[in-house]
Amino acid sequence: MSIIRSLVLVSADPYSLQRGSMEVFETIRQELHRRELADEVEVRLARDLGRHDIAPMVIVYPEAVVYGPVMPEDVPFLIEEHLYKGRIAPGLQVPVREISGRIAWVTARKGTLPAQQPILLSRAGKIDPENIEDYLIHDGYLALGKALTGKTPDEVIDEIKKSGLQGRGGAGFPTGLKWGFVRRAEGDKKYVICNADESEPGTFKDRVLLEGDPHAIIEAMTIAGYAVGADEGYIYIRGEYRLAQERFGIALDQARAYGFLGKDIFGSGFKFDIHMHSGAGAYICGEETALIESIEGKRGEPRPRPPYPTTNGLWGAPTLVNNVETLANVPHILRNGWQWYHRFGTPNSAGTKLYTILGNVNTTGVIEVPMGITLREVISIYAGGMKDGARFKLAQTGGSSGSIVPSSLQDTPMDFESFRKAGVSLGSGALLICDENTCVIDLARVLLNFFRKESCGKCAPCRVGTQRAYFILTRISEGIGRFEDLATLETLYKGLYQLSNCGLGNTAGVPLQGILTHYRAEVEAHIRNKVCPTGICSMSGALVAAEPVFH
Amino acid sequence: MDTKELSVENIQKTVRSACEAHGYEREAIIPVLLEVNRTLGYLPTPALVEVGRHLRTPVSQVFSVASFYYLLTVEPRGKHVIQMCESAPCHVMGGRQLYRAIIDTLGIEPGRTTPDGKWTFILTSCLGTCGVGPVVQIDDDLYGNLTPAKLKPLLARYTNGGE
Repeated sequence: MSIIRSLVLVSADPYSLQRGSMEVFETIRQELHRRELADEVEVRLARDLGRHDIAPMVIVYPEAVVYGPVMPEDVPFLIEEHLYKGRIAPGLQVPVREISGRIAWVTARKGTLPAQQPILLSRAGKIDPENIEDYLIHDGYLALGKALTGKTPDEVIDEIKKSGLQGRGGAGFPTGLKWGFVRRAEGDKKYVICNADESEPGTFKDRVLLEGDPHAIIEAMTIAGYAVGADEGYIYIRGEYRLAQERFGIALDQARAYGFLGKDIFGSGFKFDIHMHSGAGAYICGEETALIESIEGKRGEPRPRPPYPTTNGLWGAPTLVNNVETLANVPHILRNGWQWYHRFGTPNSAGTKLYTILGNVNTTGVIEVPMGITLREVISIYAGGMKDGARFKLAQTGGSSGSIVPSSLQDTPMDFESFRKAGVSLGSGALLICDENTCVIDLARVLLNFFRKESCGKCAPCRVGTQRAYFILTRISEGIGRFEDLATLETLYKGLYQLSNCGLGNTAGVPLQGILTHYRAEVEAHIRNKVCPTGICSMSGALVAAEPVFH
Repeated sequence: MDTKELSVENIQKTVRSACEAHGYEREAIIPVLLEVNRTLGYLPTPALVEVGRHLRTPVSQVFSVASFYYLLTVEPRGKHVIQMCESAPCHVMGGRQLYRAIIDTLGIEPGRTTPDGKWTFILTSCLGTCGVGPVVQIDDDLYGNLTPAKLKPLLARYTNGGE
């Protein structure tokens, strides 16, 4: 038996045959011969592959990319792109739908970049963020009007529930459910808080939304206020984002002047206003209860949960806390309906997601793609490939607390469910792409350094655990690590996860765990051979003192 | 540094105008401290006392807030503050080399101020412009895609022109 590098399946159910799948099959074989790829690539006819609307379809393994409908004249392009150049042929991939109940694929419109779907970013950068009329021309405040005049609060919540919108702050909690909790919570006074304390290193999607399209957030917060029964909202923008604060302030004044905030909005009798609150530089304030403490004018130390903010939030009142990106979805869903929203993403994770691409790639920046796109696609299509032709080593998703995604997982669809199954988390949307010159010990050390400084110090597991882990990693990077250190690190990340009070401590050990799981050999080389395989760690043998610095 | 300029009247005036702008409730404490910090360059103890008096909050609590957040500082700083992002995205893009270059150029470790009072060097976490890392912020200006070679001319711009 010969060894092949790719397997191409062509659907050959009666429906596909009728639409010319034999011709496609023959063309593929001829084309492979012409390019002298016939020895490396095998083509087979398959039976019913489960989709008749896109017949005839072609699946290329091992990447498992589905194309369809494929016409004979598409074949040379497909082979050129996928089997010759090794990237996904743009415009030929199939629209999203579950195939044989297992895998879902992303939408691609012919003629555009594959899978590019600007919904949240449809206005940012194209309209004048300091001019409300620009927003109004682009369907602004339409969803608010629709909700206030045509829907009851319960209908609004129902619409969000059906849309399947999940929180984009990192945890992926169903948004509609959370709104329902706050609506049903007892109390006359309720609050809506927009969490714009985007301090996860590597994430700046919320900044782009706030700076480029601030009115969308005002509109969404007002809708949320109507749905949950709140008449006051707070937006907590991190202190470093001066421009975002400035523009949001202008937008607030304009919205008040035009009557989209204030008393009797759209003549419905509903009143709502938003206060802007500036952060003062603390990563922990992105945690919802710490954020609430900070708005109340205290140190940003998280509260024990439960009770959750949905019942006991700001000044003890039921409070809805949503991320900027989550809220940005709301007007679009209400304007177009939940059915429309399901056209994007995968069956279990609807909608699009903003990612910030960073690291050793050719193009960095913010992209908006449907849920379910793979890391390989992001790197090859949007990031323009690895910088200087280097090899991909690992990615870290979701900022400092995010998971380490080794190259073996780069074909996992990036949606909440698939990532959960693969044992990694999607997080806030940062994608730090590292090439083979990255040392995992050095990376872990930088991350733990971040956590030991950002730990608020309220609970001991996090305050001490992050310090200890940082010290041990530093020791390993100096070439004086011991094998027992690895067991200690494992105890530390488990302890951090199980014993910490809030999400910061819970997730501080996540990257460490990933590195110890996937890059054990490289870590052990530092200890056994006193060598840093990438040559980055100093390995000087100098003993570093544990700095008793607690922030 | 400029402690001589910080007369009692000056501090009182600054705190009063900050409270007028942001309110006299306990919840106004962070905006008030931010503004005072911005105007005075740091939060001297008399300013904390003054804020506590206006907001009817114990000074210990004012201090607990002032010492918690990165953007608030209770120690005087140099004329210019250079903040370097030490988070992972900047680190893998050459932050390590830049860090050494800043230390070599200014001759100070992070957290310190040069003896002539011109520069304070601090490390900070993510500044939210990771696409162009490594990033430094000098006073209110952000600079991205920095290399050790670009650093010296950049610093010179502040020390020569601004006087």
